[in-house]
Amino acid sequence: MAFPGLLNYWLIIGLMMIGFYIVIAHGNLIKKIVGLNVFQVSVFLLYITMGKVEGGTAPILAEGITAYSNPLPHVLILTAIVVGVATTSLGLALVVRIRNAYGSIEEDELDVQDDRP
Amino acid sequence: MIAQHMPIIQIILPLMAAPVCLIIRHPHVVWIWAVAISLLCLPISVSLLMQVMDTGTIVYELGGWAAPWGIEYRIDTLNAFVLVIVSAIGAVVMPYARRSVEKEIPVSRIYIFYSMMLLCQTGLMGIAITGDAFNLFVFLEISSLSSYVLISFGTDRRALTAAYRYLIMGTIGATFYIIGVGFMYSATGSLNIHDLSTLIPEMAGSRTVQAALAFLTVGLGLKVALFPLHMWLPNAYTYAPSAVTVFLAATATKVAVYALIRVTYTIFGTVDFLDIVPARDLLMGMALIAMFVGSAVAIYQVNIKRMLAYSSVAQIGYMILGLSFDTVNGVAAGIIHLFNHAMMKGGLFMVLGAVMYRIGSVHLHDMAGLGKKMPLTMAAFVGGGLSLIGVPLTVGFVSKWYLIQAALEKGWWPVATLIVVSSLMAVIYVWRVVEVIYMKPAGQAAENATEAPMSLLIPTWVLIGAAVYFGIDATTTVDVAVAAAEALLGGAR
Repeated sequence: MAFPGLLNYWLIIGLMMIGFYIVIAHGNLIKKIVGLNVFQVSVFLLYITMGKVEGGTAPILAEGITAYSNPLPHVLILTAIVVGVATTSLGLALVVRIRNAYGSIEEDELDVQDDRP
Repeated sequence: MIAQHMPIIQIILPLMAAPVCLIIRHPHVVWIWAVAISLLCLPISVSLLMQVMDTGTIVYELGGWAAPWGIEYRIDTLNAFVLVIVSAIGAVVMPYARRSVEKEIPVSRIYIFYSMMLLCQTGLMGIAITGDAFNLFVFLEISSLSSYVLISFGTDRRALTAAYRYLIMGTIGATFYIIGVGFMYSATGSLNIHDLSTLIPEMAGSRTVQAALAFLTVGLGLKVALFPLHMWLPNAYTYAPSAVTVFLAATATKVAVYALIRVTYTIFGTVDFLDIVPARDLLMGMALIAMFVGSAVAIYQVNIKRMLAYSSVAQIGYMILGLSFDTVNGVAAGIIHLFNHAMMKGGLFMVLGAVMYRIGSVHLHDMAGLGKKMPLTMAAFVGGGLSLIGVPLTVGFVSKWYLIQAALEKGWWPVATLIVVSSLMAVIYVWRVVEVIYMKPAGQAAENATEAPMSLLIPTWVLIGAAVYFGIDATTTVDVAVAAAEALLGGAR
């Protein structure tokens, strides 16, 4: 298999793990959401990569072109992007309200505040 | 003409009704609107179930595009049954919500609440009805996003952190699910669940398909709140407004269990797992741990809402245990428990909503002596509690009877013993509450409490009454569940 081979899959998995790690390891609520975004975007890229046909172009009927990339994953990901945007905005809105209620967005500080009511 | 389009009307109706709430805005009118819509959804799903029982699977092609290219709604006994559960709970919760919501949510935001409830119901029914794996993800996110908003309506500020944590966990779960769908798509080129069920078995040896199963199981396991992925559930249920807890506890996890059934029995149904990955054994192990850990933690809770939340973790264990048997009786037991638990847990959380309405707290100590002050409400708690334990003549008994039968059928008597022992743990946590509300004198909080208003009592007793009725006359639910289980396993064996 010539270069790049499965390189893009390796990159996607790297990105996925970085995002997942940020979500788990960081205590800052905003950073967690950024991590979640990285994680989701890696999945979007996974789908896009999957749909690519070697030598294929955009799926528009035109003369002299016989190979097309698969457009279905693109459409799916368009939907998933919308969902991702909605999740991010809702998450950030919750962070704003948490900040108003607690005066902090660090997870350990929130836990401390909740433990002494 | 209309009858032919029933499947899409089921989804379109609450979906379109939700934004209308934002135009109406008036809290009382919005409530009437939401109640009307939820009452309309129920007969539609009941008629769909009857149609499926009579004539078999209904296939509805969206926009006339044939599957596997177009999206199709494929309704068999199992999803029709799940649709009935969701729409029935919706139809009971909406009338209940008015008094409870007036007390717990600021007037200026009530219209958003009903809009979100309708959207959540749309999402849950959509998961049940759709025959397309990616479409299922979209509905999953509709229901999840609206439930994050609903949870954040809670009066305690911890509702916000609970909603945030659920958002993080839920999104990870949903993303795992689409990774799994992506792997299946790259291996087979199809997203249609029915189509996948014929394509996947041929490719069962492929690493891609095995990874897909792993991602799908873990992703949906997060949504099901299967131990040890249940961390989001107790706080979310405890701090959400009462009506939301009733609705989510009775429907959200059940629909996720349904999605898990679809993956493990429809898509991967004919694949012999034990050769590849012991997925069902793993599920059984986690289910058994969930039954014990959930019940054990429930015993030590002083917040009764949180106690019932942990009890839900245990009850989800029973459902998954039934599924992991891989026999008609076992899967049927899981499906029966899906329905039964929706009724009893819904009813119990409604009781707590009424307590919250009257005394503003659901702490065990504040509930002392309520047995005399709110006799009808507390009787409902006892009814639901007995059902949770699995006393004969309640629905809980029916589910456990089938579950134990399924275990013995396989010769797994240790599992049967564990089911009985964990039920005894339910006796402990239910009795703790019953003892305090009936034997102890009324404390400060309960002193001036009076019986809950009719608008809260009637829905509560509808659910608890159903829990008793279907416990005595279980033929209908058992027939449906057995038919669904046979259809699921039929193709394979």
